[in-house]
Amino acid sequence: MQVIESGNVAAALGVKLARARVIAAYPITPQTPLTEKLSEYIESGEMDAEYIPVESEHSALAVCIAAASTGARAFTATSANGLLYMHEQIHWAAGARLPLVMCVVNRGVGAPWTVWNDHQDSISQRDTGWIQLYANDHQQIIDTVLKAFLLAEEVMVPVMVCYDGYLLSHTYMPFDVPDSSLTDRFLPPYNPAYSLDPKRPANLNTVTLPDVRPDIRGDMAHGYMEIRYLLHKSMLDAIPALKKIDERFASVFGRGGAPFIEPYLCEDAEYVAVSLGSLSYHLRDVVDMLRGEGIKAGVMSVHLYRPFPAEIIAQALSSCRGVIIFEKALSYGYQGALTSDIKSALYRHTQDSSARPSIVNYILGLGGREIATHHLYEAFKSSCSPDGMKGEETRWIGLKF
Amino acid sequence: MKDKKNYCKDISFSEAGPGDAGKTGSWRIARPVLDPQICTPGKRNAPACYICWLYCPDGVITRGIPPKIDYEYCKGCGICAQECPTKAITMVDESSFLEGAEEDPCK
Ligand code: SF4
Ligand code: SF4
Repeated sequence: MQVIESGNVAAALGVKLARARVIAAYPITPQTPLTEKLSEYIESGEMDAEYIPVESEHSALAVCIAAASTGARAFTATSANGLLYMHEQIHWAAGARLPLVMCVVNRGVGAPWTVWNDHQDSISQRDTGWIQLYANDHQQIIDTVLKAFLLAEEVMVPVMVCYDGYLLSHTYMPFDVPDSSLTDRFLPPYNPAYSLDPKRPANLNTVTLPDVRPDIRGDMAHGYMEIRYLLHKSMLDAIPALKKIDERFASVFGRGGAPFIEPYLCEDAEYVAVSLGSLSYHLRDVVDMLRGEGIKAGVMSVHLYRPFPAEIIAQALSSCRGVIIFEKALSYGYQGALTSDIKSALYRHTQDSSARPSIVNYILGLGGREIATHHLYEAFKSSCSPDGMKGEETRWIGLKF
Repeated sequence: MKDKKNYCKDISFSEAGPGDAGKTGSWRIARPVLDPQICTPGKRNAPACYICWLYCPDGVITRGIPPKIDYEYCKGCGICAQECPTKAITMVDESSFLEGAEEDPCK
């Protein structure tokens, strides 16, 4: 069914169709309408789930961790400082291997306070062992939420579905809401490998020792390092798993085919812009403008940010001259995290170092600073030459000093 | 996690029982020694008290007459000695149980 709704409602519909059984969330702008919608669905009986109100984001994720440990499909959502407040439990959920799904409605983090969009919140959670997927529009939000549950349950790693605050969360767009008979076919009920059971009491995620240890039966149990290695391995397994899930999704709903990256006019492009989220669609307008002037430009969205599909990204970029990475977040004192990741992917996967594309990194839109198309155009165009790629690698757009 | 059957192995998972980390008795530097002449069940020849049993974090004290401590797993934390209301348990330095303890090489 085609509807015109907000991005937050697209996410809520996805969670409803996924038949999540436990929702625990604390309201924070711009995530609030998403959780309000879910509480409405539950209150009206449209959705058979428990909505557990909590006093903080830390508790929200703690509740989801407990719920998932008993075998329930659980969901939470947050933004910005709320996400940072969860940080300890974010690591915990990953190490505990619980297949949670969380929407991160991207917002800049304080100080100073901002409620507006950038990507610093989710990028700051990059190394927590969660899978991170970025959606570019409302259709991708609902579709990605559905895929996220299947992916999380397949590899037993929690998934963040990230989408831009306001730009997507509060804007209205037409999108298809799939029929529940199809979503039920795509996403079967969660069948946990283990769930807490009073008949077989157990302690989960107890203290480990630096070394392996025998358990009560004398069998060797993993130490911390083995458990963490297995998390890393499962993260890497998520790459082929997501490909399969995307194919399955396409076979049921007829949409898909770009699970990791989404290139636009990249095939013959000499200069390729790379970005996360809705900005990468904004950049398509700029690519069209540059193409109109005879510049071979393209743009690539990165959907799967962790695990980083390094080989796929390097292959997609290895034949262009310049890669121009537009980021709404940065690692202070260095550069945008995506830029570092792309550089390391190219270093590893391009054999001939002289053939490696040059890199420029633009930092823009922090705290919701408006990203004007002409700013993107000027920055992109000025980079589309060997000279344009020279000089300062990390450049800021839109500063008003 | 390709094979979900391994789930309980791929996280830190412990069940109740002695020896979740092997024969933890080797961790001990002081040994709780129970004097059945002072211990209430021992003295009265009847089940009673068992505060040590209740408090032992390793679950290695029996509710016997008198209670018995499993030294294969007792970590020597000393909680039983601390909690015993009759002071029937004394923590004794493990070195005194070593063979040839009298000839302490450190002396
Ligand atoms: S010393 Fe600690 S571990 Fe050993 S028996 Fe006493 S309470 Fe239990
Ligand atoms: S606590 Fe002391 S008195 Fe009580 S049973 Fe244990 S050893 Fe005996």
